[in-house]
Amino acid sequence: MKIKIQRESIVEYEIDAEDSTLLAVLNKIKTTQDSTLTFSSGCRSSVCGSCSMRVNGREVLACSYKVQDGDFIEPLKNMPVIRDLVVDMDKAYSFNTKASAWLNPLSPTPSITEQNSQTNEIQSDCILCGSCYSACPVYAVNSQFIGPFSLTRVWKYVSDARESDSKEKIDTIQTNGVWDCTLCNECTMVCPQSISSKSDIEKLRSKSAMAGYSDPSFASFGGGFGFLTEAHGADGSPSF
Amino acid sequence: MKSDVLIIGAGGAGLVAALNAHKSGAKVKILTKEYPTRSQTCMAQGGINAALGNAGDDSVESHITNTLKSAHGIANEEAIRLLCSEAPSAVEWLDSIGVCFSRTEDSKIAQRTLGGASASRACYAQDYTGLKILHTLYDRCMAEGIEILSEKYLLDILVEDEKACGVSVLDIRSGEIEVYESKSVVIATGGYSRIYDKHTTNSSATTGDGIVSALRAGARVSDMEFVQFHPTALKNSSILISESARGAGGHLLNSKGERFVNELLPRDEVARAIHNEMQKGEDIFLDIRHLGEEFIDKELPQERKLAKLYENIDPVSQLIPIKPVAHYTMGGIEVDENSSTVVKGLYAVGECANHRVHGANRLGGNSLLELIVFGKQAGENSAKYALSVTENSHAEHGNQMLESTNNNPDIDFYKIREELGDIFYKRVGISREKQSLESTLEKVQEYISLIPKMGANDDSKIYNTNFIEFLEFKNMLELSRYILISAITRDESRGAHYRADFPNEDEKFKMHTIICRDGVIYEN
Repeated sequence: MKIKIQRESIVEYEIDAEDSTLLAVLNKIKTTQDSTLTFSSGCRSSVCGSCSMRVNGREVLACSYKVQDGDFIEPLKNMPVIRDLVVDMDKAYSFNTKASAWLNPLSPTPSITEQNSQTNEIQSDCILCGSCYSACPVYAVNSQFIGPFSLTRVWKYVSDARESDSKEKIDTIQTNGVWDCTLCNECTMVCPQSISSKSDIEKLRSKSAMAGYSDPSFASFGGGFGFLTEAHGADGSPSF
Repeated sequence: MKSDVLIIGAGGAGLVAALNAHKSGAKVKILTKEYPTRSQTCMAQGGINAALGNAGDDSVESHITNTLKSAHGIANEEAIRLLCSEAPSAVEWLDSIGVCFSRTEDSKIAQRTLGGASASRACYAQDYTGLKILHTLYDRCMAEGIEILSEKYLLDILVEDEKACGVSVLDIRSGEIEVYESKSVVIATGGYSRIYDKHTTNSSATTGDGIVSALRAGARVSDMEFVQFHPTALKNSSILISESARGAGGHLLNSKGERFVNELLPRDEVARAIHNEMQKGEDIFLDIRHLGEEFIDKELPQERKLAKLYENIDPVSQLIPIKPVAHYTMGGIEVDENSSTVVKGLYAVGECANHRVHGANRLGGNSLLELIVFGKQAGENSAKYALSVTENSHAEHGNQMLESTNNNPDIDFYKIREELGDIFYKRVGISREKQSLESTLEKVQEYISLIPKMGANDDSKIYNTNFIEFLEFKNMLELSRYILISAITRDESRGAHYRADFPNEDEKFKMHTIICRDGVIYEN
């Protein structure tokens, strides 16, 4: 079969492969045909997040995607390409820090029930592969948008029964955060771990509302929503 | 660019060491050849041992007894005692920083049984235990403001006046050599199972780089012949199916549908039993159908996903075809009770180190534990040492690792790498014997002599993975030699080292095989 890979220009490779993962095929090309083909990989079992890329416009993990004849392989979007299929993910990673995605130091560990532990079970399956940043139309136009995996991480900690002070996190995700998301659900569609950042963002919006924040886009309408502007100020922060 | 403590590797061991060195007041920097969170630790599935007694009676003493027994006489009892007695507080700490452990109905951390354990001792987070621990440690490092630099490949550990004073690395992105100076260095670079190439559960990054660099810097390595084969990897892809599947009641069956071994024996014994069946021409399967879909989805979701994806079978209704493959390397850099090597200022921790707690065979659930307990030890001691050093030794630019690099290779190292893996699986695997070990050593010497004719075809400076893989391959060839030299001289069977020509344990080999720059020595 033939596949095309977006490198500096588009390169076509012919390979003999049946029921093969894309990663196996890329490795085969690299070790037998073209040692300059460049991509990242690690665990080859869908858990390290190294080999995320796009096939026919869709984000996948190369190690869990089965290659089809005619596939077109490209690097992730919205991140600087270092070489071929390798992108620089430092910036996407940096949003975890920006959003304080960790547990605040706590007093004695409270009792966590089986039900508590299931609340953020799926969010803690995240492998930081970056597929969601590549698929996100908001991040594409706003490079300061905190973005899907970091917001999911914030929700993971905000919803954790051990979190002693979630207010700080809620504060940090008001600007370029939860309200900037268009709820388009692209992140959910491409997540290899079946995490829905979109729904985590919705939950964070409710939590923000409970903390006194509101959607700043309503505030900026003025006119009919004047009562909101008065109550909350233009940046959406509570004015009381 | 100078730090007090420089940590090489951002897996569980490196991150725990960093957190503890930072807490001790040191200025810490972490370098990793990948990104943090992509290390081998994320692939650990089964759990982390601690005698909490949340699922039936257990005690630290039982944990010690089980670990000692599995180590087959070549472990340090003091180190095991520390490992096991610190385990409950290690798990408590992980819980306090937010690891999402699975819970029991009465709000305790859930525990399950792994091989060789007398109790349900492994705390777990579904079958993503390593992933969730690693990511939480990473988040904690971010909370503490610890600097992590990604995609830096370790070349040499720099030593001045017999003290470690930094490292040289290849920045993978730019292709430039960089020097990082520090007062102490912690090596946390992982094991060397990747020598077995496609016959290992491990990540393609598990190439033992730090061990070779440490040896070159003057450290000693030991017990390299002890390589653990995990009984249940998927037959076609070598991808791991957790021991917890057997712990929960999964059966091993041969082609006739018969069970042939107690599935909960330690890994060396189960792997050997499977190997023997396979030698008779049997195919081997893991059967978890009777556990039921609900249980599998709740406790073993990753196993179901992996079996479907990589073997095209659904374990809820089908048998999982398996084989044993290389999984964990017990050998590594020799360290003392402070996690220090014989080189001043040079520390090691995690799978790359040998704290002598696993001996000849590691118990499931003890490696994640090792990262936490000894990561703390390495972090605290490397910081204490660094803060006590006053004089400034200056790190010289070193690049031994890059000497004699051929840019126009005649021999394809990828082919040799694959060949090496196949030979190792066959001859340096579950069952070994002198003659084939010796011929393999000759083969490896031959490969080593051909290195000048090998190299990278890709001449790009930018992100040259062809070149990085060549450097990793050179490290693996070097390690292969140590494994073979150690395995040839150990004329006995002990734990994971099984010699068909010497099938019994021999008291006179109840010692450690040590390799240093001057050669091989034995020590009690």
